[in-house]
Amino acid sequence: MSGVALTHASSWGAALVRISPYTFSAIGIAISIGVSVLGAAWGIYITGSSLIGAAIEAPRITSKNLISVIFCEAVAIYGVIVAIILQTKLESVPSSKMYDPESLRAGYAIFASGIIVGFANLVCGLCVGIIGSSCALSDAQNSTLFVKILVIEIFGSALGLFGVIVGIIMSAQATWPTK
Amino acid sequence: MYGFEALTFNIHGGYLEAIVRGHRAGLLTTADYNNLCQCENLDDIKMHLSATKYGSYLQNEPSPLHTTTIVEKCTLKLVDDYKHMLCQATEPMSTFLEYIRYGHMIDNVVLIVTGTLHERDVQELIEKCHPLGMFDSIATLAVAQNMRELYRLVLVDTPLAPYFSECLTSEDLDDMNIEIMRNTLYKAYLEDFYKFCQKLGGATSEIMSDLLAFEADRRAVNITINSIGTELTREDRKKLYSNFGLLYPYGHEELAICEDIDQVRGVMEKYPPYQAIFSKMSYGESQMLDKAFYEEEVRRLCLAFEQQILRSLILTMVVTNWVLQFHYAVFFAYMRLREQEIRNLMWISECVAQNQKSRIHDSVVYMF
Repeated sequence: MSGVALTHASSWGAALVRISPYTFSAIGIAISIGVSVLGAAWGIYITGSSLIGAAIEAPRITSKNLISVIFCEAVAIYGVIVAIILQTKLESVPSSKMYDPESLRAGYAIFASGIIVGFANLVCGLCVGIIGSSCALSDAQNSTLFVKILVIEIFGSALGLFGVIVGIIMSAQATWPTK
Repeated sequence: MYGFEALTFNIHGGYLEAIVRGHRAGLLTTADYNNLCQCENLDDIKMHLSATKYGSYLQNEPSPLHTTTIVEKCTLKLVDDYKHMLCQATEPMSTFLEYIRYGHMIDNVVLIVTGTLHERDVQELIEKCHPLGMFDSIATLAVAQNMRELYRLVLVDTPLAPYFSECLTSEDLDDMNIEIMRNTLYKAYLEDFYKFCQKLGGATSEIMSDLLAFEADRRAVNITINSIGTELTREDRKKLYSNFGLLYPYGHEELAICEDIDQVRGVMEKYPPYQAIFSKMSYGESQMLDKAFYEEEVRRLCLAFEQQILRSLILTMVVTNWVLQFHYAVFFAYMRLREQEIRNLMWISECVAQNQKSRIHDSVVYMF
């Protein structure tokens, strides 16, 4: 092996740069899909349990309030899309170039992209879920409130979109060194 | 962590909270009460109630109706709602819901013991007991001669056992002792409930502290007013006041030495939340006090469902308002509001049955 150590041989920095960039990329992809789905699932159960209970006394709310569940689901879909995009960015490099700065940068870019998307979708899913639960309960009492609370939900789901946009921009940086 | 209950409350409590909020929408409104007040007889009341949630409970009753039947069937609805929620609940919500019953259990115990003292038949007394406060072996209460036996024979197996530690004397049961027993038990129950809510933390403990403190203070005032002129000494009276609430401890010191209603008023007017209640009554009128207290209670219970909680000069006001969805106090508030509604219905039915419709507004507490 002929990788170049950037710093002192026995410092933490040296340990970090000796981790394969493939590791970072793979973890990034895993986080992007895994944590997004966690957020979506969390949001769906928060909304769903309130929706089911409220629909017993007020059955008319069911069809409209499924929108909240759909917004939460969209969050999981963002995670899947970004995971697929990220995995197409993962290329092989010859082992002589594995620890080049260019290589490391590509690995870190995919990792960061994964974290951005994953955690943005986590909190977005939570946000939409909690708002959706309150939306169902207030719609059951007073049907004029539904559209107003829906506007709040739309702003909430924009958070996930921000995460996806920045994540994709980050992943465009992931250029591995050519042979 | 306080403020983050929204993340996990719905796992166990989401469905039931949504159900209880649906029930709350079914409580009678002012318009319903106005309709009921216009009724000429009990069959009209039944007809109006059939359009509300009580309909399915009353429809099979034959005419002529009695007021007790109406009250019984409406209580049945409350009990059914409660049992449905209790069987779906997990810890700690199920413990919370059980706590709501203990007050009724105490009332039933006192009812049976007093009735036995006045030589009524046990079966008749059991029929009058509140269904939420029933427990097995309640009929055995009629056999006990003094409090120690009461405890040993029956109550040691019930959830009321821990509340008895202050009450265990070998004195025979007479009217005065029974009232003291009731108040001592209720005091222990309220303190236990308060500690439990504090342990739950978060929005539940905040809102329940407020509601229970009001309950404790109200009982303190009632005890004071009812014991003016009786043989209850000041020390004994002070022992019946709970150890929490706005009036603790200085208000209790002052209430313990009150000898008439105007002195009570003087004490209560130093506390801004209660000043408003007492200022609505003119001097010398103590009957309206009950109604004023009920109105204040209903107001606070309704707020438990909604977005504002009265907080007096506290720094952390910021966080409270948005968490008011995910907590248990809505269950407590719903049960109490239903009970108030049943009291209202009983009053209205009695007024209509006895042709005293002018007095209906004396005692009906409107909720929404």
